[in-house]
Amino acid sequence: MNANFAELKKFVSLVGRNTKCYFKDKFTFFMSLITPMILFVLFVTFLRNVYIESFNSIFKQINVTVDKVLIDGCAGAWLMSSILSVSAVTVGFCSNVIMIDDKINSSVNDFKVSPVKGYTVSLAYFASNFLVTFIVLLSVMLIGHIYLACIGWHIPFTDALMIIVDIICGILFGSLIAGIVGSFISTQGGLSAVSTLVSSMYGFICGAYMPLSQFSEGLRNVISLLPGTYGVGIMRNHYMNGYMQAFSEELSSLNVPAETTEQVIKAMRDSFDANLYSFGNGIPLGAMYGILLGTCAVLLTAFIAIVFIKNKKK
Amino acid sequence: MIIKIEGLKKTFKDVVAVDDISFNVRQGELFAFLGVNGAGKSTTINIISGILKKDAGTVTVCGHDLDREADKIKSEIGIVFQNSVLDKKMTGYDNLKSRANLYGIYGKEFKARLAEISELLDLKDILKRPIIKLSGGQKRRLDIARALFHNPKLLILDEPTTGLDPKTRITVWNVIDRLRKEGGLTVFLTTHYMEEAAGADYVVILDAGKKVAEGTPHDLKNKYANDFIRFYSRLDQVEKIFTDLGASVRRERDFIEAAVKTTAEVAGLIKKYPDLFEDFEVLKGNMDNVFLKVTGKDLKEV
Repeated sequence: MNANFAELKKFVSLVGRNTKCYFKDKFTFFMSLITPMILFVLFVTFLRNVYIESFNSIFKQINVTVDKVLIDGCAGAWLMSSILSVSAVTVGFCSNVIMIDDKINSSVNDFKVSPVKGYTVSLAYFASNFLVTFIVLLSVMLIGHIYLACIGWHIPFTDALMIIVDIICGILFGSLIAGIVGSFISTQGGLSAVSTLVSSMYGFICGAYMPLSQFSEGLRNVISLLPGTYGVGIMRNHYMNGYMQAFSEELSSLNVPAETTEQVIKAMRDSFDANLYSFGNGIPLGAMYGILLGTCAVLLTAFIAIVFIKNKKK
Repeated sequence: MIIKIEGLKKTFKDVVAVDDISFNVRQGELFAFLGVNGAGKSTTINIISGILKKDAGTVTVCGHDLDREADKIKSEIGIVFQNSVLDKKMTGYDNLKSRANLYGIYGKEFKARLAEISELLDLKDILKRPIIKLSGGQKRRLDIARALFHNPKLLILDEPTTGLDPKTRITVWNVIDRLRKEGGLTVFLTTHYMEEAAGADYVVILDAGKKVAEGTPHDLKNKYANDFIRFYSRLDQVEKIFTDLGASVRRERDFIEAAVKTTAEVAGLIKKYPDLFEDFEVLKGNMDNVFLKVTGKDLKEV
């Protein structure tokens, strides 16, 4: 058998083992799922009305009343984009538990004495982390989409597909950071500390919990330098595009001039981060993907370098 | 020789873990590697198995040089670690399957080997149960199965029976004996139980990273351990005479034990003090005595 193919089969087997280990532990899976669900409940309970009021205030300025269902749905879609983009990173950190557990109970030594390359083991941890996070996020997305369908669904099919692509990009980014940080953690306490830190901070510094428009200009510019911001940005676009289109059609039907409609839509996109700016310059959607995936490429290089160095040094 | 080690050294910052040790392990033998915690046993095993890199020396395992053919060595050895490395939430079957896959064993080949190993280690009833629901002995059998699944030539057992009840220890040893007799397996053992070391073909004792003694258990006992005469009568008289003779004497509630250099010395004493030898027995020195003599440490106390 070709050596590379044999190593690939071992990689697939390890990914299967890691993923199975994760889902066999019902408590860990439950905790991974519960974190985004708590966010979801908190958003819906405490913040939903704030954002609905924000949308209403924009329409009040032009003296029109739009369909409540549309506004409710748009606020829900915005919340979903926040939850999924934050969870792509935070769940990725929680999913590192298999790698850390293997370090604690010396299973890594068992891999080291087996005829499997060190990089295969490391890449398998990364891949299973990605897979686990993807499964958890798809579950959250499905629950969220059922909620959106109940309160008002205005997401075109292509955008719904792109949301899955955005989740994949977000998880790629999150899993790579989790993989790099996890390489230096060898205790359960360390993992808990880092996961807590990331869970509490990441949502704010990437503009997921609060729209960036509510921050000062200086802070907005600083946050625009962080690649995670664009992970939120792409998700905002695909969740909100359909609603913006629906608002536009609604305003037209209410005989609002096209120019005013355009200004209102732009104001909403600016207020809710579907449009992102860095030092005053608008960042197009393609550039957001470019920044995010470019960062992933840099992180992947760093991850491979760390794996290589760690395998050399024993 | 299945293992050949020359001038092996390993240092962790200021601590010399393994200090210039050399030894050989022959094909098919039970080799015991003894030492207190921190003596350098696990470090040596970790070097042999490729977990740690050595600072100096040469290591050859199954004819493969560790520096050039580490991957080939990995296919020739199986290790049972001190602490079980089984995935606790998974079943025994899942554990063996994921382990087998790392050695390129899949499909029919896996099933055939599983049947063999299951028969050998009596695993049939425990394969479908999660590891957390198994007893210590059942887990140990699976650990051994995991280490043996790819048919290694050398089995390394790092304190395999520590923490097991006596019955399970006997079961584990029966399995190991059967593997050695039927499969010609070489076993490299570290243990805290001197009675296990006494059954070995060859013993190496480490202390503070250095090799302090080596040989067959018989040779080591002859060289380092005294024999003893245990008296069950005339205790006061025995104590006085042997104390006067300058022998080491230990008095218990109903017997006195006096050390003698050799068993032959006993014959002279019987001739000289026939009245004393009413109710007595001659005891050979054991591996505990050897260990105490060469390291100055009692394995039961450290």
